[in-house]
Amino acid sequence: MQDTPFVPTIRSVGLNGLLVTFDDTATDAANRAAIAFRSAVDAQGWPEISESSSTLVSAFFRVDLAEYGFDRLSARLSDVLGSRDWTAASLPAGRALWTIPAVFGGPRAPQLTEAAEAAGLSVAQAQADLTSARLRVLTLGFAPGQPYLGTLGEAWNIPRQVGLSPNIPAGALVAAVRQICLFTKDTPTGWRHVGQSAFACFRPSSDTPFPLSPGDEVQFTSVTAAELERIEAHNGDGAGGALREMLE
Amino acid sequence: MRGLIARVAGPAMALQDLGRPGFLAHGLTHGGAADRHAVCEGAALLRQAPDLAVLEMVGTGGTFEATEDVRIALTGAVMAAQVDGCALAWNASHAVAKGAQLTIGPTRSGTYGYLHVGGGFASAAVLGSRATHLSCGLGALVRKGDILPVGQDKGKDVGMTLIPEARLNGGAVRVVPSMQSGDFDPKVRERFEITEFRRDPRANRQGVRMDSDGEGFSNPKALSIVSEVIVPGDIQITGDGTPFVLMAECQTTGGYPRIGTVIPCDLPRVAQAPAGAVVRFAFITRDEGAAIQARASTALAKLSGAVTPLVRDPSTMQDLLNYQLVGGVVSATDPALDEGE
Repeated sequence: MQDTPFVPTIRSVGLNGLLVTFDDTATDAANRAAIAFRSAVDAQGWPEISESSSTLVSAFFRVDLAEYGFDRLSARLSDVLGSRDWTAASLPAGRALWTIPAVFGGPRAPQLTEAAEAAGLSVAQAQADLTSARLRVLTLGFAPGQPYLGTLGEAWNIPRQVGLSPNIPAGALVAAVRQICLFTKDTPTGWRHVGQSAFACFRPSSDTPFPLSPGDEVQFTSVTAAELERIEAHNGDGAGGALREMLE
Repeated sequence: MRGLIARVAGPAMALQDLGRPGFLAHGLTHGGAADRHAVCEGAALLRQAPDLAVLEMVGTGGTFEATEDVRIALTGAVMAAQVDGCALAWNASHAVAKGAQLTIGPTRSGTYGYLHVGGGFASAAVLGSRATHLSCGLGALVRKGDILPVGQDKGKDVGMTLIPEARLNGGAVRVVPSMQSGDFDPKVRERFEITEFRRDPRANRQGVRMDSDGEGFSNPKALSIVSEVIVPGDIQITGDGTPFVLMAECQTTGGYPRIGTVIPCDLPRVAQAPAGAVVRFAFITRDEGAAIQARASTALAKLSGAVTPLVRDPSTMQDLLNYQLVGGVVSATDPALDEGE
């Protein structure tokens, strides 16, 4: 228990909306609260809200504050906020469990060893951690459809490397700060390249352009480099050999 | 196909509209035209809806040939423009006859120029919008030889003009507090407000870097904040204390603190400020900002009432004969002609 628990805040974001924040550090509980709170407010269908999103620790409601004013909406959000303990709320229904094949280590994911060292684990332990953990899509951002997945154990609280790797490919699994990010596109990054999948996070011409949603769960499964190549050879839809099942 | 053929294409021309809302939760930012005001001005000039697609041009435009008679309007950054060698007024609507050569560029003032067509550009919409978003792989720059499809045009008016809202040379920009403004030392905010910034030449549709002399504007709490929602207009302070105003193609979330947010109606002024132009930021309260923005939105909705016929002053016409020879530049039913240069 913290000595002084964080009291959720409601702040304006420019004149573009309101942000409800559940913690000032990226905790798993605050992320669950943000996802559950956003879903509960969305379900009420307020006409002032043109869209919503959730970040690592906050729920955002896009509202034209020049038209509707901050104070009234803030008061209404505050009422919903006070109606229950959102960190204890269950996650919304309709979430999916994804099983995504990936290669760990080797030439396709050359920083697994380095990441394992930083985490104080053997390479085998590191790979076991990454393929046994059921990770949650904490938020999508930075690039379209790109998930930040968490939360890994404390050992994985490894910092970003100081220098940027110039170009980590789309489909890469990169690790830092107890999270895995699955890249939508080739990206320079300070996160370490521990795995490689053929999963396309953004499929603009598909019926499901954004396959993942916040709150979805992801389980990685280890394949060989040869198996990944076979998947890549028949990957026109970007599915990358992943399986999707509904949770609950 | 009804369209404009790009016979010559400048290096940075792309179709835009008012953007692609509704996908923030999926990490796809709003995007759309850098100067939304210009999109609305063009719509008012052509008396059509502001959600139609336009061509955004940076630095210079190109040469276009119409496959059928079309109406056009020109707004935003002022660029040289001619039809078959005959000068066209900016901030005005014109007729361009089938086969005529419309030449646009280079820029005279401002950064983002816009070519509008009656009926709008009718490229295929992706995720509900025709806005080009290069970093997300949506759309592409216009290249030589491309044919830009033009939609059916129900309008007839040409030879109309409006006085654009002055916004092409930097100046004062109003800022409301952002979620992290309070994390900055009041002295840093004060200094930020009295600083004369210059728009850095390294600016794009994601963000505009602001240069200044003297020390930066960082704050010690900045290094440990959790990545949070970004909206266009947010002024983020990077690790070395440099402010960036985030623009239409900003990412949906970011980990640098925001000192404030430019109100939406002042964002075109930031977008259009040319490299080196002086920009000053003035903090106002959220309520003041809301009142100013509400008035601006009302004015924007009434823009079509500000459109007037172009009046040509014969003393400014270099070559009357030349004007008379240009078929189709001027509507035969509308005596108000384009301004000579």
